[in-house]
Amino acid sequence: MNTGITEFKVLSPTAILGYGFPEESFKRGIEMQPDLIAVDAGSVDPGPYYLGSGKPFTNRDGVKRDLRYILKAAYDLDIPAVIGTAGGSGARPHVDWCRKIIEEIAEEDNLSFTMGVIYADVDKELIKSAIKAGRTRPLGGLPDLDSETVDKATNIVAQMGLGPIKNALDLGSQVVLAGRAYDPTAFAAKPIALGFDPALALHMGKILECAAIAATPGSGCDCVMGILREEHFELVPLSPVREFTKNSTAAHSLYEKSDPLYLPGPGGMLDLNEVKFEEMPEGRIKVSGTRFIPEENPTIKLEGAEKVGCRTISIAGTRDPIMIGQIDSILETVKTNAMSMLKSEGVKGDIFFHVYGKNGVMAELETETMHSDEVCVLIETLAANQKDADAICSIVRSTLLHYGYPGRIATAGNMAFPFSPSDISAGDVYKFSIYHLLEIDENDIFKTEIHEL
Amino acid sequence: MKIKLIDAATVIRSKNCSPFELTMDIIINKETDFQNIKKADAINRKVIAEAYNIPLEKVKKVIYFDAAQAIKAVMERPVASGSPGDTDVYGAQQHAPLLKLELEV
Repeated sequence: MNTGITEFKVLSPTAILGYGFPEESFKRGIEMQPDLIAVDAGSVDPGPYYLGSGKPFTNRDGVKRDLRYILKAAYDLDIPAVIGTAGGSGARPHVDWCRKIIEEIAEEDNLSFTMGVIYADVDKELIKSAIKAGRTRPLGGLPDLDSETVDKATNIVAQMGLGPIKNALDLGSQVVLAGRAYDPTAFAAKPIALGFDPALALHMGKILECAAIAATPGSGCDCVMGILREEHFELVPLSPVREFTKNSTAAHSLYEKSDPLYLPGPGGMLDLNEVKFEEMPEGRIKVSGTRFIPEENPTIKLEGAEKVGCRTISIAGTRDPIMIGQIDSILETVKTNAMSMLKSEGVKGDIFFHVYGKNGVMAELETETMHSDEVCVLIETLAANQKDADAICSIVRSTLLHYGYPGRIATAGNMAFPFSPSDISAGDVYKFSIYHLLEIDENDIFKTEIHEL
Repeated sequence: MKIKLIDAATVIRSKNCSPFELTMDIIINKETDFQNIKKADAINRKVIAEAYNIPLEKVKKVIYFDAAQAIKAVMERPVASGSPGDTDVYGAQQHAPLLKLELEV
């Protein structure tokens, strides 16, 4: 260690900024005098809508409450606070949304600090020239990236690695607000800059970004302290009801990952083959043996979403055994009849039936045959605009309500609707269209703005 | 000997591991059970494909992870998370076919 610092403490308040945390746990963390407070604020888990639309998936009041604790504590202790993947998806509108909240808190609580804001949006022309140069490749079975897909995406972000956050800290930022970032980097950039082992720092960040989820009982809304040392790191639960065990920590290596032993990220991957977990008093755990395998040609991951149309839904149920017994053929006929009526009107779109009680949860992965006395039919229609989606839903709903299926004896109406109005305009629909690696030096993409508050 | 997976496991779950893939985690309670399952390779790509009645090539891999006495499977999502036609954005309710597995070890 070249800096003479032998220990670095990182406080992780919550798994996602806005999910909250108990005040007592946070206070316990602050009493331990952390060197950094870091928090991950995003995920692709809630689906493509948030990246595509630029809207946050966390509640503004919740985010403001969490941030007020974090900013005030960081200010009082004179330590940095780093926020990764601001606003849920980390595109410019998300970052600016979070930035506004920070500015409000600074003003309301009379805090003054230097803030580094790192945008993660990627220029479309840059991606297109990378496509031409053969420097992109697909993940997750997607096709190769093409210019049309790039043009159609509403927001395209890249997952930043350690460099941009380190750079923002070097520029004197006391608060770093980062757009889309590889989750561990918010936790790891500072200690790595001080000379700590990148493998251990990133592995610690990988666990801390989920706060107390790796403890038992697990929680995404409770605080954890990570203590990084030369040869290992330690995880400290900050609530007396939780502990880290070998099992809980090892099991967390599986969570949401395609491989528990190799965790890829910008610049290389963590190798967990030789990792040792050692249980310590007070529910702590000591972790050592993590290795880092650097990538020969560094890549960053691009994420993009495009709008596919608008959705309308209607929820209905049936309790009629004669109808339930032939639900598939009834729905198929209703769909055909509705589509032919719409065709003459020139309305185009898609119809999906989610049949709960049959296969509403698993669709084509369902292996059981239905055995319900009642089923819920969720009608979903998609069209290029809301007006058409509404029109299709309306026709499908009325056709289904009155369709005279074979053997029908309940002739007054086929469905029970719980609500009036029965149809709900559900707004814009997006899909993940870009999930590709881009070969590039990350310093060429992520730009930092410095603001004095 | 036959083992009912639901009796041997403490965790059987599914979740997205990307917007395009699902991962199933099975954590086995007793080390002997885990070692027996592993030795017999009683959970493999074919077993998972049959449990879900999907083509073998849709199951990307099955990994035994000793540190957690766990078995992980990764499969293609039928529909990408949140795309039109999806039924489970988080992928957290796709585990049920595994609850019925009986393993020969």
